[in-house]
Amino acid sequence: MSIATLELEGVTVRFGGLKALLDFDLVMQPGELVGLIGPNGAGKTTAFNAITGVYQPTEGEVRVGGSRVNGRKPHQICARGVARTFQNIRLFRELSALDNVRIACHARAESGFFDALFLTGRHLREEARILSRAEEYLEVMGLGHRRDEVSRNLPYGEQRRLEIARALATGPKLLCLDEPAAGMNAAEKVELMELIRSVRDRFGIAILVIEHDMRLVMGVSERLLVLDHGCTIAAGTPAEVRRNPRVIEAYLGDAYLEEKQIAVPLPEGSP
Amino acid sequence: MAPLRQLLRSFLPFLVGVPVLLSAQWAMEYSGSQAYTLLLVTVGVNVILAVSLNVVNGATGQFSLGHAGFMAVGAYTAAKITLGLAGFKLSFLPAAVSDQLFFALALAAAMAAAGLAGVLVGLPSLRLRGDYLAIVTLGFGEIIRSVIENMKSLGQATGLSGLPLRTNLVWVGVSALATVVMARRLSVSTQGRALFAIREDEVAAEAMGVDTTGYKVRAFVISAAYAGLGGALIAHAILLATPRMFTFVRSIEVVVMIVLGGLGSITGSVVSAVVLTLGLEALREFQAYRMVVYAALLIVLMLLRPQGIFGTHELWDLPFFKRRGARKDAGGAARAGGAP
Amino acid sequence: MTEFLQHLVNGLSVGTIYALVALGYTMVYGVLKLINFAHGDVYMVGAFAGYYLSELVGVRPPWADPPPGAGEVFVKATIVTMGAMIICGLLGYVIERFAYRPLRHRARLTALITAIGVSFLLEFGFQLSPLVHTPIEFPPGPSPRVFPALLERVGYEWAGVSLSNYDIIGLLVALGLMLGLQFIVYRTRFGTAMRAVSFDSEVAGLMGIPVNRIISWTFILGSALAAAAAVISAVSRPRIEPLFGLMAGLKAFVAAVLGGIGSVPGAMVGGLVLGLAEEYVAGYTDSSYRDAIAFTVLILVLLIRPAGLFGRFTVEKV
Repeated sequence: MSIATLELEGVTVRFGGLKALLDFDLVMQPGELVGLIGPNGAGKTTAFNAITGVYQPTEGEVRVGGSRVNGRKPHQICARGVARTFQNIRLFRELSALDNVRIACHARAESGFFDALFLTGRHLREEARILSRAEEYLEVMGLGHRRDEVSRNLPYGEQRRLEIARALATGPKLLCLDEPAAGMNAAEKVELMELIRSVRDRFGIAILVIEHDMRLVMGVSERLLVLDHGCTIAAGTPAEVRRNPRVIEAYLGDAYLEEKQIAVPLPEGSP
Repeated sequence: MAPLRQLLRSFLPFLVGVPVLLSAQWAMEYSGSQAYTLLLVTVGVNVILAVSLNVVNGATGQFSLGHAGFMAVGAYTAAKITLGLAGFKLSFLPAAVSDQLFFALALAAAMAAAGLAGVLVGLPSLRLRGDYLAIVTLGFGEIIRSVIENMKSLGQATGLSGLPLRTNLVWVGVSALATVVMARRLSVSTQGRALFAIREDEVAAEAMGVDTTGYKVRAFVISAAYAGLGGALIAHAILLATPRMFTFVRSIEVVVMIVLGGLGSITGSVVSAVVLTLGLEALREFQAYRMVVYAALLIVLMLLRPQGIFGTHELWDLPFFKRRGARKDAGGAARAGGAP
Repeated sequence: MTEFLQHLVNGLSVGTIYALVALGYTMVYGVLKLINFAHGDVYMVGAFAGYYLSELVGVRPPWADPPPGAGEVFVKATIVTMGAMIICGLLGYVIERFAYRPLRHRARLTALITAIGVSFLLEFGFQLSPLVHTPIEFPPGPSPRVFPALLERVGYEWAGVSLSNYDIIGLLVALGLMLGLQFIVYRTRFGTAMRAVSFDSEVAGLMGIPVNRIISWTFILGSALAAAAAVISAVSRPRIEPLFGLMAGLKAFVAAVLGGIGSVPGAMVGGLVLGLAEEYVAGYTDSSYRDAIAFTVLILVLLIRPAGLFGRFTVEKV
């Protein structure tokens, strides 16, 4: 049995009295593709923030590659092989697509300030290596032709892909994607999900995806976790989750019924 | 042969620069136009200050208002050393050479001391953002000055006078060149890009593996060290170091320079440091209006063109130069590694 | 004990000044999220406005012959104080309208740099040698001027602690103004609108609150308070010069941060605490570090409790 890429054990995040995430457990094996779903405010992004060190878990333990990372800063967790994208795109807006990716390559750079200031051989080799790797990641995400474009000028879908390219460039073992398909149309979404799967196959990394679109994420992931009000209400294969009555009630409920145009009679006495 | 090539690559700008500066210095002395020396020294020192402050305020996006404090640390450190070593000389060398060696030592010490001050100021204050950081660095700058004003060994409010004349065109030129080379090499390196990332989005930079606190402190320390160098040079040109030379008005002057040139633009800082210094020299008769002009310039600039003259671009990014340079720049990789 | 009480009196007297000026910082920060760097210079202008007004109304010193009667003293002192407040209120309005408002939707740093520019313009503009000579010499030029005695100083001595009617009147006026402000902010429609703008100016605008007018009035109020502080302070410490607002402004800013910037009661408490801290530390140790104390306090506050005593710290949402 190999060491799990990521383990979360009883992770709870509180903001004052509000419990954003409660007793959250998750184990991810290398190369697994897991979906994390749930309605708005269910605690999905909070889970991401707890994994990547943006928030500190109030209770519980986060382990990356077998070692505890509670209390580590985001950049240290990134160095251990966890990369992420953001729900509201956070590119380095004024920098080119290439530079966005090159900055992420920096996480694995071996040269320091001294090398940069004195142009040592190590610095030149490192720069060349970073450049070729960055170009490779841009190609993988189909952004090769946008290399020198300022990232804020890219179309929305490409910005999302650039964020993935940037996350990949940190050389992760686990990639966390926070609603990568948000704001895309149906065709783009399907395309993106295929891309995500191909990234997993090509780089052999584990991927954790937050997605709103239930059907989409069911098609792509091997395992699903469903959150509601900070609690894990279901876990298992897409087929199992689909059948879970609590999921249908808590999450699918509104959306599903609405979609099927089924009128739900309100219980007596409700406002 | 490899180490030699390495050295050559590291110091190439100086191999070109030093002979030029030496001949300029010689020409100055020969033609007897010493009157301009102090002006040129001032220009050079302002270039050093502006370009170094731009590493923090422009590249890293952390707004510091404490540059004068670091200048003071450098100036006083170097002054103490040159005053302390005034009677000594290395017997196996001619007096002039020995003096210059001691001065080099003093400059190095000034940079080290100012850099150290940068660590002490940067570590606590760089956790703050934006305008808070601005005020705290201003506060630190004033504390440094206040401490100096109260130290007997540093001459309190009257400062240290009677420094030997050591700063010449060569020293200033080499230092300014070193500052520009530092800023330029940083801006095309992966370390520099990490600094830009902090400026653009700190949370994302941290998530992409940039140790934001560590890098901010490093940028701050490098910037402070060069400010110390600038302070040491100006003190040994006007032969004086007093607390009044390093009030936060001085810091603001430097801020005006980089804001005018464009935060993040190295050539912008150089050009505006030169133009403002010379321009204000031309206004010398209206000395009283000098700061009024600065202030009005700042307000008008912010209202009309807040990104400064060059924005974050360099001189060669401007349309006029771009057309000419387009063909030369075909190999982007070579440019990234080899410049300047 | 005597010394302790004496420091208490002095600390309160300085602290109320800081508090009044700090209110201006904190209110402007509340509605605009801008550190109004020029506020200290508005304070300085307030002192000069008082100075010129007392020249214009012909304030006669208590030792004049014949000495001014109680009624005359009261009327002229009121005119000087109120006049200074009105002039500074107008100045505050002009600064906001022409320097800050056009930049409101730009980067915050742009506004800060502009504020520094306005501050320098006032400081160095006032240092120019006089261009106008009648009826007043303006600008005042770099050398210090002496603020006229608006009323006779009467000293009291009580158990070894000396204080004067200046201290008492200053304290009372300052307290009155603060209570008035407290009333305006928490009991009037304007105050409600102001708090709404500081909570979320965009939504406040959508709710029909005239955001621009509220912001203008916030500047006017804050500047008027600074002018009142300047007159109160100048009566007991009459040396005034164009640069003296700088340090006072910075310290008042520290007071505002100490109390929690954006919080009105915080600014009052912060001002008093800072005044007392300065007085006690300087009194019992080395007074030459007086100016460094405020900055040390600032740095400590920001490191230990960045939100200040009364503020709430907000976490950036990711």
